[in-house]
Amino acid sequence: MIIADRKPLNEILEMIQDCDHILLIGCKGCVTVCNVGGAKEVGILASALKIARKKEGRPLEVDERTIERQCDPEYIEQVKDVVESYDAVVSMACGVGPQFLSTAYPNQRFFPAVNTTSFGGAVQHGVWEERCAGCGQCVIHYFGGMCPIARCSKSLLNGPCGGSAGGKCEISKDVDCIWDLIVRKKMEQGRLDDLMDVKPPKSWDTARDGGPRRSVREELVQ
Amino acid sequence: MSDDLKSGSNLEKVLKAGHFAFTGECGPPKGANVDHLKEKIAPLKGVVDAVNVTDNQTAVVRMSSWAASTVMVQEGVEPNFQMVCRDRNRLAMMSDILGISAMGIRNMLCLSGDHQRFGNHPQAKNVFDIDSMQLIALAKQMRDQGTFLNDEEIDVPPRLFIGAAANPFAEPHEFRVYRLSKKIAAGADFIQTQCIYNMDRFRDFIKQAVDMGLHEKCSILAGVTPMKSVGMAKYMAKMVPGMDVPDDLVQRLQGAGKGKVAEEGIRFALEQIQEFQEMEGVAGVHLMAIEWEHRVPEIAERAGMLPRPAL
Repeated sequence: MIIADRKPLNEILEMIQDCDHILLIGCKGCVTVCNVGGAKEVGILASALKIARKKEGRPLEVDERTIERQCDPEYIEQVKDVVESYDAVVSMACGVGPQFLSTAYPNQRFFPAVNTTSFGGAVQHGVWEERCAGCGQCVIHYFGGMCPIARCSKSLLNGPCGGSAGGKCEISKDVDCIWDLIVRKKMEQGRLDDLMDVKPPKSWDTARDGGPRRSVREELVQ
Repeated sequence: MSDDLKSGSNLEKVLKAGHFAFTGECGPPKGANVDHLKEKIAPLKGVVDAVNVTDNQTAVVRMSSWAASTVMVQEGVEPNFQMVCRDRNRLAMMSDILGISAMGIRNMLCLSGDHQRFGNHPQAKNVFDIDSMQLIALAKQMRDQGTFLNDEEIDVPPRLFIGAAANPFAEPHEFRVYRLSKKIAAGADFIQTQCIYNMDRFRDFIKQAVDMGLHEKCSILAGVTPMKSVGMAKYMAKMVPGMDVPDDLVQRLQGAGKGKVAEEGIRFALEQIQEFQEMEGVAGVHLMAIEWEHRVPEIAERAGMLPRPAL
């Protein structure tokens, strides 16, 4: 899923400083699962914004909505009747949400309340980690089911760099060296030979480097 | 120039003739200060077989390694041009390889590069379009097949003696010799290792390499960096990932007494060089005297490395 982190309250307050009445829209998709932009977090942010503005002596009115998904015009449509009655709309979805909203309602301003960080999953309660870089050509099966493009700080395809120590990446003790994990898994499986071939340069033309991507399912296109 | 040489570089000739190679290192200045660069180069002339010119080392911006290498050529010292994968995509790499070849630079060391998080522009976007293994293979393809990565023909291919790095002390230890063998398979003509302080571990590593016959396919130069102070030893032990500084070395330096630590550091380096000369599988020493270029002639003299072969 898509993982995001809440923006600092002050950054959001600054975005909406000229507003008296806003709509805060959550999303029941990925951001609900990673506890950053679902109905509960919409409620928490609404309260925080109201308290902060009350302290400033400029009370803010905040209405709350959480829709099924903000990455689908069908659900975006559901806020049609209300969206233009606010000074601005703050979206708690990933970066996709406020863009779909902006396209659908060109007369309104939409602000992002979260920073979208990565594609990944929960590794323990309350902790999410990146797993995929969306490069458009999956190769994890060569690497024991682990992605060195997303998870090696240098996206190395041919083994660990000289900065791997104690199973950790040179950039931080909080980051696992994915190549350490790949090598150990291959050794345990008796498949170290899988890592002996020199992997050729990757083609990045399916990644963001090739320009914005588009996926088409012909059978669904009418 | 003999036809069986890949590059015709001095380093290649020295190794091919079976001499024990001795290379140095020089970090370009943080500016366009050519005089300062020349001052750093001067003591190395005639004292080493080639000088590594670092490429924005530790991700700190400096004069470009190709430009500093060119200055070195003009000064009559042979550079070993370093290129990291952090700052260039494949277009820039191939273009720079042609550029250095045009400027008479014949040695090239292929590296991943320290992550920019360590450097003075941690906000930078990194590249890592290809990795160091692929860079070795790319340089070899350009030289031997005379083609670019897309197989288009090159109008006068580069002549290169291709180098790579090996860190016997990084983890996972079990994989390090295989990574070395991959680099050789990719096309490395010579290897320079990370600074060695843990001699026991290096002896194990080189024995593995010899058992696999790697030393016959490629020249392995052992990395030596003299410790200048106890603080430097402690910093390297704690702060530099993939560096192995045994406690007994730190204690030895501490025991040297005030004002004598640097001399003790040099003595340890000399003992290492002595052992490397006798060690099967080691074809030379790469002396990385960090910001200590002016001490290299003395170290070379005391190590019995002078005079260097003139080929």
